[in-house]
Amino acid sequence: MNREPYLLPNGRVLRYSFHERLIHWLAAVPYIYALLSGLAFWSPWLFWIAVILGGTTIARELHPWFGVVFVIATWLMYGMWGRQMRETPSDKAWWANIGHYIRNEDDQMPSADRFNPGQKLLFWGFVGNGVLLLISGLILWFPQYVPWSLRFLRLFAVIVHPICALLTIALFIIHVYMGTAFERGAFGSVIRGDVSRAWAHEHHRTWYERLLRESAERK
Amino acid sequence: MSQAATEIVRISAHAGSVPGDGLNREFRVCKLVDTTTCIGCKACEVACLEWNGYSFSETTFDNSYQTMPETQWNYWNLIKFNEHEREDGTMQLLMRKDQCMHCAEPGCLEACPAEGAIVQYANGIVDFQEEHCIGCGYCISGCPFNIPKFSPTARKVFKCTLCNDRVSQGLEPACIKACPTGCLHFGTKLEMNDLAEHRAAQLREHSGFADAGVYDPPGVGGTHVIYVLHDAKNPQLYGGLPKDPHVPITVRLWKGPLKWIGNLAIVGGLLGVFIHYLRFGPKVVKEDEKTDEGDK
Repeated sequence: MNREPYLLPNGRVLRYSFHERLIHWLAAVPYIYALLSGLAFWSPWLFWIAVILGGTTIARELHPWFGVVFVIATWLMYGMWGRQMRETPSDKAWWANIGHYIRNEDDQMPSADRFNPGQKLLFWGFVGNGVLLLISGLILWFPQYVPWSLRFLRLFAVIVHPICALLTIALFIIHVYMGTAFERGAFGSVIRGDVSRAWAHEHHRTWYERLLRESAERK
Repeated sequence: MSQAATEIVRISAHAGSVPGDGLNREFRVCKLVDTTTCIGCKACEVACLEWNGYSFSETTFDNSYQTMPETQWNYWNLIKFNEHEREDGTMQLLMRKDQCMHCAEPGCLEACPAEGAIVQYANGIVDFQEEHCIGCGYCISGCPFNIPKFSPTARKVFKCTLCNDRVSQGLEPACIKACPTGCLHFGTKLEMNDLAEHRAAQLREHSGFADAGVYDPPGVGGTHVIYVLHDAKNPQLYGGLPKDPHVPITVRLWKGPLKWIGNLAIVGGLLGVFIHYLRFGPKVVKEDEKTDEGDK
């Protein structure tokens, strides 16, 4: 399935292929625009954000378009990672030990596959909320085309859109924190694509050991 | 408001009481539509277009006298014609001039995210300031009366201003001026309430409309456009006038509790990850330091 070999000749491990990184950022950049402009419309205290995003009317025009690109990228992600993100029986043990993970006691964590259960939660959280954001967002995009008899759709969208957005914000804060500050090496993996063998062994042992096995079999 | 400048509350070195102190002036204006004396001539529709500078829109024929199904962004005043069959089999043609109700608790204003795009004046007029409108259409969702309309060309939302430009100069709204039967009245809220109640009582006592009454819905804090209806128990007969209008519950939840919960969650989340970093620091893979340096 993957044309690029995972064990790189320089002794490092390919964590995310170019294709995967591209789609990640195709989702991330529009999400951040939609997030910031959405926050501007969420609170009068943050309305100034819309001014720096191109002006208040421009931000309103662009917000849904960026949202659509985000949803398309999330859909591509679903095709790319959906199978790997499925829940496995070992996930329960991982969640049971989440306290160790938070306290950096990683030696006491059960081994994780390519994506650990926390990453799976992030993924499904974005996919699920993405669907709801799209549906409610389309109604909010064109409220003038919703007839008065279907007014309940607008009233549903008005409350569903911010709730789903807030849920993604919760995931987003944790994701960005972990990807940039908390897990050293993770940010590089989604930019350059590679991680050290030690990193792969530490954080995604099941995945790393399978790579080694497959590589040995090929030889 | 200009009256306040002439109202004296304290006088220097003055023995005795202040003349006129404690006087209550009614600044709130109100339009009264007496549906029982409307003849459906549409002079108000034309006057509204003329004063506000819009050309006549294309009419939609739907087996009634009604000009079009609902108000448009450039057609703020529409008489709704409804044929109502009474229990005794007789027909009643109900005509109601539909326009912005200028609610005391406006759902449009509550839902609007753009600073300064909707204002409510002390006289009760709720006015859109299109230069600040971002065209999001949340006001359309917030309104319980189906009034704000989106203009596809301007990409902004428009509605009846209660002729704020005329009222602020001491004139009555254009529709009032044009009405030939006197079914439209304009004055202070107290005067109009009084007149409306008087007329409703007259209808009940002398004209056989036992359910005649005034439509000034308390769910939106009362409105600055009120109706006299032959049948105040069934306002929905008059072209879908809501029986008990409110600012939609989802708009209230969104602008009330959800905003607090959301803001606390966002700030809490940011603080949480920051404190976590201070307490536990990053996850550094130990061998990484060695191997990475070795790679270099």
